[in-house]
Amino acid sequence: MRWLWIDRIISLEPGRRLVAVKNVSAAEDHLHQHFPAEGSERVLPIMPGSLVIEGMAQTAGILVGHAGAFKEKVVLAKVSKAELTADATPGCTLRYTANLTQRTHQGAATEGKVELRGPADDAFTEIGAINLVFSHLDHNGAGEAFPEHNFVFGETFKNLLRNSGIDPDKVEPLPIEA
Amino acid sequence: MTREEIYESVKEVLVEALGVDDDEVTPKAIITSDLGAESIDFLDIVFQLEQAFGFKIAQGELFPEGVASDPEYVQDGKVTDRGIADLKAKMPHFDFAPVEADRKIESVAKIFTVDAIVSFCQRKLAAA
Repeated sequence: MRWLWIDRIISLEPGRRLVAVKNVSAAEDHLHQHFPAEGSERVLPIMPGSLVIEGMAQTAGILVGHAGAFKEKVVLAKVSKAELTADATPGCTLRYTANLTQRTHQGAATEGKVELRGPADDAFTEIGAINLVFSHLDHNGAGEAFPEHNFVFGETFKNLLRNSGIDPDKVEPLPIEA
Repeated sequence: MTREEIYESVKEVLVEALGVDDDEVTPKAIITSDLGAESIDFLDIVFQLEQAFGFKIAQGELFPEGVASDPEYVQDGKVTDRGIADLKAKMPHFDFAPVEADRKIESVAKIFTVDAIVSFCQRKLAAA
């Protein structure tokens, strides 16, 4: 299994907004443990909320990483807010929209919207909001040193970008406001 | 904005950023030991203050950075005279009394009060 919780980037406005989708599939093993059948209760597969947050973190993290031409090691540092009002089950599509609100040498903040389209729905419905804070690892407050190699944006993410029509190796960094 | 209005906005930011209750935020509360702020929260607080007040905060402007690792500022785990003088000049929003009373580097955390953040914002708004 690959730690990839978005399937496709569908739009990118550099330094501003990134939209990605995730199709929830019954072939995902973990769904059958969340929650398994117990006693007389039938199996109830629901995508865990924590993984919905991870999907938004990947969406927003790519937006932040792209703004810095993937030179920075962008790591999720804080979930400022996470509200979800509906469950994503197999057959559903989640749509994550991340907006970059702040970006400095030290890190970045994003505000995100989560939408859901059920198997029989024509349109997406907003089901929640997830706001995040990211740290640029090489500018951490503790002054710790990390390997030079960018282990955050590896080939898995680069392939996702390429398959979405974005060449990760041809990105110019956006300036940071003083 | 009056100081009272600034205080109310700062309080909202801290309640949001640190997940504390309204009544936990008092002028004398220390954001680390009393309100549970961790290192990443400092960045979040800076981001949220910028949004709330519409000004930009430069790195190291609100909270001091790299003090502990600077031999001019800290020697043998104690803040030097030079360190206090420089920090006072650069960061007039802080009340350095706790550090003057006890020079141990650990005392520096005690100056991070809600009041200090309010003073910082008041100065920024007055200078704008």
